[in-house]
Amino acid sequence: MTAPTPALVRSPLSDGRWHRPHPITPLLRGGVALLVVAGVVIANLRERLLFLVLPWLRPPGDERWEQPGDPVDWIIANEQYVLASLGLLAVIVVLVIGFALAWRFHTFRITGDDVEVRSGILFRSHRRAPLDRVQGVNLTRPFVARFLGLAKLEVVGAGTSGNVKLEYLRLHDAETIRADILRLASGLELAPDAVAVGPGGLRAEAARAISGIVDGDEPAVESPSVVDLPVKRLVLARLLDPATIGGVTTLVAGLIVAACGTPWILFGAVPAGLGLLGYQVQVLLRSLRFGIAPTPDGVRITFGLLTSVTEILPPGRVHAVELTQPLLWRPAGWWTVRINRVTGNESAQGGADQLSVVLPVGTVEEVARVLGLLLPALDGPRLHALLDAGLAAHPADDPFLTTPRRARILRPLTWRRNGVRLDVDVLAMRRGVVWRQLVLVPLARLQSIALVQGPLARRFSVAGLHAHTVKGPVIAKIGSIDRDAVTARWHEVETAAITAAAADRSHRWADAGAQTPEERA
Amino acid sequence: MLDADTFDRIREPRSAGRLQPGAGAWHRVSRRYLKAQLLSYGLLLAVVVVAVTVATLVLGQPWPLIPGTIAVVFLVTMLVILPRQVRAIGYLLRADDLVLRRGILWQRVVAVPYGRMQLVDITHGPLDRHFGIAQLKLVTAAAASAVSIPGLDQAAAEALRDHLVEVAENRRTGL
Repeated sequence: MTAPTPALVRSPLSDGRWHRPHPITPLLRGGVALLVVAGVVIANLRERLLFLVLPWLRPPGDERWEQPGDPVDWIIANEQYVLASLGLLAVIVVLVIGFALAWRFHTFRITGDDVEVRSGILFRSHRRAPLDRVQGVNLTRPFVARFLGLAKLEVVGAGTSGNVKLEYLRLHDAETIRADILRLASGLELAPDAVAVGPGGLRAEAARAISGIVDGDEPAVESPSVVDLPVKRLVLARLLDPATIGGVTTLVAGLIVAACGTPWILFGAVPAGLGLLGYQVQVLLRSLRFGIAPTPDGVRITFGLLTSVTEILPPGRVHAVELTQPLLWRPAGWWTVRINRVTGNESAQGGADQLSVVLPVGTVEEVARVLGLLLPALDGPRLHALLDAGLAAHPADDPFLTTPRRARILRPLTWRRNGVRLDVDVLAMRRGVVWRQLVLVPLARLQSIALVQGPLARRFSVAGLHAHTVKGPVIAKIGSIDRDAVTARWHEVETAAITAAAADRSHRWADAGAQTPEERA
Repeated sequence: MLDADTFDRIREPRSAGRLQPGAGAWHRVSRRYLKAQLLSYGLLLAVVVVAVTVATLVLGQPWPLIPGTIAVVFLVTMLVILPRQVRAIGYLLRADDLVLRRGILWQRVVAVPYGRMQLVDITHGPLDRHFGIAQLKLVTAAAASAVSIPGLDQAAAEALRDHLVEVAENRRTGL
């Protein structure tokens, strides 16, 4: 286990030795359960305690508390205050010892090769995330922790449930550690012009930091978001979303039916309608304060009003991008952008969902700016050409390969829009007339590609193309394309994907001289 | 090695509109795989028939006839289409990727670049072992890839795994 090159780390906590998180961590992690228990106890004893301390408030003749067997009565009747206090004290002592032990046994370290966390008292766990497989680093500030100036870091690994959490750290520590992790993962130390390794020491550290700022190695100010989403637009977009309309319709229909004499329908309609609306409010709250900006180590995505989350997605971690437009957004020309990425935790669907939205609602201009960050290989003119053709209903001189006329019965509405295009190293799929969609798959990330054909498609001599990417909300499938053309396209995509993957160096993105594994072999 | 005791050619749909993923040295699966599949479905059919007969005639319960009939129809259909289905499985080892084709009514052709393989897995159940066959699975980072080649001769499966591991090693990339 090598310590990281001192020139690459800024935080004293990422020096390759074991460190402990902030002492308040166990309270924040286990504190919620404790608060709930305490809350239930207090809620039940509230009136008892109130009447005990202020007996004159008690309504005369109220005898309902005078039941035999009540522990509080028993204590008062037998004057066992000492015993009761000792009992309470014992519970507190056990809790404190438990928390202290949990804190003592919870350690983490950041070495030149990976990030490790050890935790647990009886059941020890030891998690490790190799740095060259880091898929992203999230900095989350839950509502309560924000007041205490704390934050948690989550290093997203490649496997399922491969995430390593460092919680909780002081905000400043968390930020510097995140920068360190990304710098180590970027492969900067492998670069030919890597900073010479000097001895540590405070003075050297300070000098390095200053020169870093001067050289522009570390931006003194964070770059601003490339999009600015007005609250008005976010709210309006949510109101025009099909889920909101569905929720309102369900509620209204439920009320009308109930008024007509079947009141039991409310038991179904009200929860369903409120559920849909509640989901929309949640989406809205998350999309407030949304920002997306470039950093040297990837794209920084920030969102959340109460719990704020900052994620840094290193280059080459975007596996598929989808642009969608519900029908009612069309007059305003708004689109929403989602991505497929490795999240590392399958269970937390909600969390994965919110991180997958990289633009809640934006104009075509903003979509282009966001895509420029996510798929840097797709340069300006190509991106604009692709967007022009991909977002329009059916452009003249269409560069997309669409459903042939003979098979229009299979796609009665969308046959002129339903299409696929291979643009050097990006596979684009265009679908839907009512609900327009455009899917972009960077071929360097494509896992495999399939041709499929069912009996009906065979009658029309058409076939479908499925691009397989990591799990996520984006599904890259297109059907009913001319058989010969799509077979040729399938061959081309496969060849292009192999070339793109062989040339891809994004696993060590800052290491300009990095060799692909093939070159090393 | 890979072609010991396999079917002579790959069965394709008859329609002119079928998928034609291209010529090449397509490998087929073992003839013994068909026997193993027929035997396993046949045994299942026998068990269902016996169970339903006993329940109806000996115990005097008429209701098992309903699920029993459904199961028998399904199993007989499977037995009828199995020989076609098994003959439609084929794989092609190209310079940089593996191509797998399956299915007649629903054709599926998947190409997996060697560099994308996360692991190669060989499984064989008791019946497979008796017939000396095995199933080889390729896992990529995408669950949808789902590439599994059933019914390989055991020696062929191991040779293929070693070959795949070797070529994947030279082409390993990130996710």
